[in-house]
Amino acid sequence: MSQGNNAGIGLEHVNVWFGEHEERVDAVKDAGFAVPFGGSFGLVGESGSGKSTILRAITGLAPDWSGKISVLGQDLGQDRGKEFYSAVQMVFQDPYASLHPRQTVDRVLSEALSLHGFDTINDRIIKILDDVGLDQSFRFRWPHQLSGGQRQRVAIARALIIEPTILLLDEPTSALDVSVQAEILNLLTRLRTERGLTYLMVSHDLAVVGHMCSEIAVMNDGEIVEVLSVEDLRALKANHPYTRQLLDASVQKRKNE
Amino acid sequence: MTNLLEVKNLTVKFPTRHGVFEAVRRISFSLGRERLGIVGESGSGKSMTGRAILRLIKSPGILEADYITLEGKDLLTLSEKEMRRVRGHRISMIMQDPKFSLNPVMRIGDQICEGYRLHARASRAEAKKKTLSMLETVLIRDPERVFNAYPHEMSGGMGQRIMIAMMLIPDPQILIADEPTSALDVTVQKEVLEIMDKLVRERGMGLIFISHDLNVVSAFCDRVLIMYSGRIVETCRADQLHEATHPYTVGLLNSIPQLEHPVDHLEVLQRDDAWSKDPSVSGIVETEEIA
Repeated sequence: MSQGNNAGIGLEHVNVWFGEHEERVDAVKDAGFAVPFGGSFGLVGESGSGKSTILRAITGLAPDWSGKISVLGQDLGQDRGKEFYSAVQMVFQDPYASLHPRQTVDRVLSEALSLHGFDTINDRIIKILDDVGLDQSFRFRWPHQLSGGQRQRVAIARALIIEPTILLLDEPTSALDVSVQAEILNLLTRLRTERGLTYLMVSHDLAVVGHMCSEIAVMNDGEIVEVLSVEDLRALKANHPYTRQLLDASVQKRKNE
Repeated sequence: MTNLLEVKNLTVKFPTRHGVFEAVRRISFSLGRERLGIVGESGSGKSMTGRAILRLIKSPGILEADYITLEGKDLLTLSEKEMRRVRGHRISMIMQDPKFSLNPVMRIGDQICEGYRLHARASRAEAKKKTLSMLETVLIRDPERVFNAYPHEMSGGMGQRIMIAMMLIPDPQILIADEPTSALDVTVQKEVLEIMDKLVRERGMGLIFISHDLNVVSAFCDRVLIMYSGRIVETCRADQLHEATHPYTVGLLNSIPQLEHPVDHLEVLQRDDAWSKDPSVSGIVETEEIA
């Protein structure tokens, strides 16, 4: 896949729906935004607003979509080849559900490597465990022997071990305690700097997205109502009433009454 | 007036293959007609504390305490049958996720009526009338429709309102809310908290609010207990939570990203073994102070 000039991820007039005819639900309506290569973009909104669905449409997990999605300068069709998956990886919300309960950390990581045809599997596993801050003793453990934060580190290692350039993050810390959340967010920030990754992050937490991303799209009821820079977000400069409502709710939480 | 609830040296332990695990270790606290928050990370024992008050620790778990008194009466001396009269009737509990706490194959109205009829021995018609008015109090716009609906037809916010209605209908004195809004969106969270707050205030109830979210607790409660590995490490007034002094509380507060104060690197909690070894701080307040 060519790394086109400046192109990370681009969406134009994307619709995603589930079901047919009268059962049809339009989960995403006419969504469009662009993430520059090496950039970090956030999608916020409430549950059901369609933010995760956008990630799923990009990865091909939501098959019914129309419009134009491009990744690294190439338009995506209905099928995604191996090239796509070696460039784009995803980290899911719930580390308790996203790791195979009967596979060791070693097996999860080496399977990803062999699927993508990597050699020196042993060295790569040792290195990635190091990179995500896990001790080598974790290599042969089972998921149930790990805490939530450790599991999420394994999920991040699984995504990064095949050296993708784009990481899709679907609420990577919402199942974790704030203290562990800080560790994982720091890890993601460090890895992005070290590897020059592009992030597309979904979260319901404005503060988390504000911390991680430079540009933020606010979604409501399947539509992107506003795209604003993190500076505007911090200055509480929102134009759309829904964004303001969201900002109110998250800022007020901190202030007393 | 005495405290509604007083707990002295409560311990909850579980025997495991590697010895006894103490989920809650000798904690003491009291509850007046106030909103008491319990915060801590997962595994800190906050939910176990809530369940222990209702004596809902399942075997092989062991519950020990000097006493757990409800208006002067020790709950530990009650028989299981007497205890059932306390649960729901005098102390109610709201769980985190309405999806798992409501019976999926029973109409919502019937579920709410069931509890009320059991505790108040009311007739069917009377229970229905009471249920509908209760649904109205939790700001459900169309109580008749909700009464006849099944839980899967409801959103998360509606589900949690229904739970609140169900728990408050027998007029309990104490409500234990275990992460009642954690599964909800921020804007819905606010609505549900406001409803709960209003009802608790109007009825002069005591509320134990269990949450991992320090911001919500500090905005919503009067007093906070901070738990770490089964102990209370600090207690403070909720509005002074941000001036807390224990390194654990400070560490937790600092690890939350803040929209208005951007940082490059979030502070990470440095754990100290001593936190889990020090004796518990008492959360008992003499009654004069509360008023």
